[in-house]
Amino acid sequence: MNFEAVKSIYLFEMARMKRTLLQSVISPVLSTSLYFVVFGAAIGSRIETVEGVPYGAFIVPGLMMLTLLQNSISNASFGIYFPKFIGTIYEVLSAPISFLEIVLGYVGAAATKSMILGLIILATAHLFVPIEIKHPFWMLFFLVLTAITFSLFGFIIGIWADNFEKLQLIPLLIITPLVFLGGSFYSIHMLPEFWQKVTLANPVLYLISGFRWSFYETADVGIELSIAMILIFLALCLSIIWWIFRTGYKLKT
Amino acid sequence: MTNALSIKNLSKTYDTGLTALNGVDLDIRRGEILALLGPNGAGKTTLISIVCGLVNPSTGTVAVEGHDIIQDYRKARALIGLVPQELHTETFETVWDTVSYSRGLFGKKPAPQLVEQILKDLSLFEKKDSKIMALSGGMKRRVMIAKALAHEPRILFLDEPTAGVDVELRKDMWRLVKRLRDTGVTIILTTHYIEEAEEIADRVGVINRGRLLLVEDKAELMRKLGQKQLVLELQKPLEQLPEALSDYALELSDGGTRITYHYDTQATRTGIASLLAALAGAGVTVKDLDTEQRSLEDIFVSLVVEESQ
Ligand SMILES: Nc1ncnc2c1ncn2[C@@H]1O[C@H](COP(=O)(O)OP(=O)(O)OP(=O)(O)O)[C@@H](O)[C@H]1O
Ligand SMILES: [Mg+2]
Repeated sequence: MNFEAVKSIYLFEMARMKRTLLQSVISPVLSTSLYFVVFGAAIGSRIETVEGVPYGAFIVPGLMMLTLLQNSISNASFGIYFPKFIGTIYEVLSAPISFLEIVLGYVGAAATKSMILGLIILATAHLFVPIEIKHPFWMLFFLVLTAITFSLFGFIIGIWADNFEKLQLIPLLIITPLVFLGGSFYSIHMLPEFWQKVTLANPVLYLISGFRWSFYETADVGIELSIAMILIFLALCLSIIWWIFRTGYKLKT
Repeated sequence: MTNALSIKNLSKTYDTGLTALNGVDLDIRRGEILALLGPNGAGKTTLISIVCGLVNPSTGTVAVEGHDIIQDYRKARALIGLVPQELHTETFETVWDTVSYSRGLFGKKPAPQLVEQILKDLSLFEKKDSKIMALSGGMKRRVMIAKALAHEPRILFLDEPTAGVDVELRKDMWRLVKRLRDTGVTIILTTHYIEEAEEIADRVGVINRGRLLLVEDKAELMRKLGQKQLVLELQKPLEQLPEALSDYALELSDGGTRITYHYDTQATRTGIASLLAALAGAGVTVKDLDTEQRSLEDIFVSLVVEESQ
């Protein structure tokens, strides 16, 4: 294992993110605050509690998941797409490092950043509503695994994309709708029965549900299902990464 | 001692069906400067890209100081520094950071003194805190060289290092190349220009359409270059060469009106004076005469033409 190289990529990526730190922190903090104003104050004053949890507090795990998913994907996809785009990827490919080490460096940095952002959201939310975390271990479990899994996913998108449109396409067209429709802001029990069934096909639901369970012990689906789902995602992304590694897909001719 | 580079039967056919390399065999000795000479699209960059792990070979093997580039890629690649043909640089990073990063990427512990020395050698030290995007093209090229040297490679590839480079940088570069060679670094550079190969290389390889046409010591090539030919236009056509001239290896052509004589400019006696005397003695009248030097260009062109026929 070439630790020096992994460390170099990781620190290089972290430095890149640090340069844009302000905007990457301000935007989620601002949007979180807006969500609280709009959903928490306006709607929350009518709904009051969902499954025994005050509405403002209820949406916090969903908000964190939203940021976590969006940021993991965009950080990691951009992180590997950019060197491909400007051509500096040649250096990484000609270095005495394995594909695994490349992934560790890039995905590690992207996941770190999105976890930091997730925790910033938590801190911001805490200013608006009281929050309790009943199962801190599982909370961290979902936080870390989601960040890693979706950073891997972002890495795959970054390798696959050969223009900026493709880079934006999947997060915009697939991930954001799935998060919004995955019960970030409501419990699926509030939906008509038919739509409840449809929503069960949304994989993101399982992540949000499990994550929320770690806070309040309320869940749309069984916690085991949520754990299984995140592990399935992880395994899926790892297999695709492994396949890219075997074939040199889009990296080597 | 194993060769710096040992390439065997290397071929590459791209997905487009184009064969960019066709059965190349090449051994590069440690510590030599080899110039790969060839026209656009000859396969020079493809060859380098395979050795550096950027392109997968279709057939053949490459060993770097005995380490196979696929089975033993870590050891092989650790020995190699690459300055690619195109300018690919980071944008927002500083010169210092990007060069240090290159060192880390190759698994080497940070060495600020070494990075400082490299930057000084390339007249980049004053720019160490500048963002790369604020540098001129020539300076960016220097940065790319610095990046390639940051991990102290034993073998350095320079893919068309003088494209778009001014005289000053070119001189700097050749000085650096020679200094590196003196420390035992093997250098492989590509170029379109014969003078460049002549100026810097120990050996020259000529490549065209994916085939390596010749690899020769520069001295040997220069000796071939030392060959001149004397062409004599005759007043009257000759049926055949007179007996008295049989000592000279002459060619009679153009219906007997032209005699061609090859000689070596470096020889103590070229034999021109005695040839002319012998001609006069045999009663052959010379109308005009001309001498021609065979240049590397000629050799190159004739090789390339031969090959495409
Ligand atoms: N990725 C690729 N896919 C398909 N064909 C390619 C690819 N890269 C190079 N080629 C083709 O392979 C041939 C050799 O290209 P290469 O870049 O190795 O030549 P070169 O000798 O470096 O030329 P130049 O002097 O112009 O740099 C060319 O015909 C080129 O079009
Ligand atoms: Mg080239």
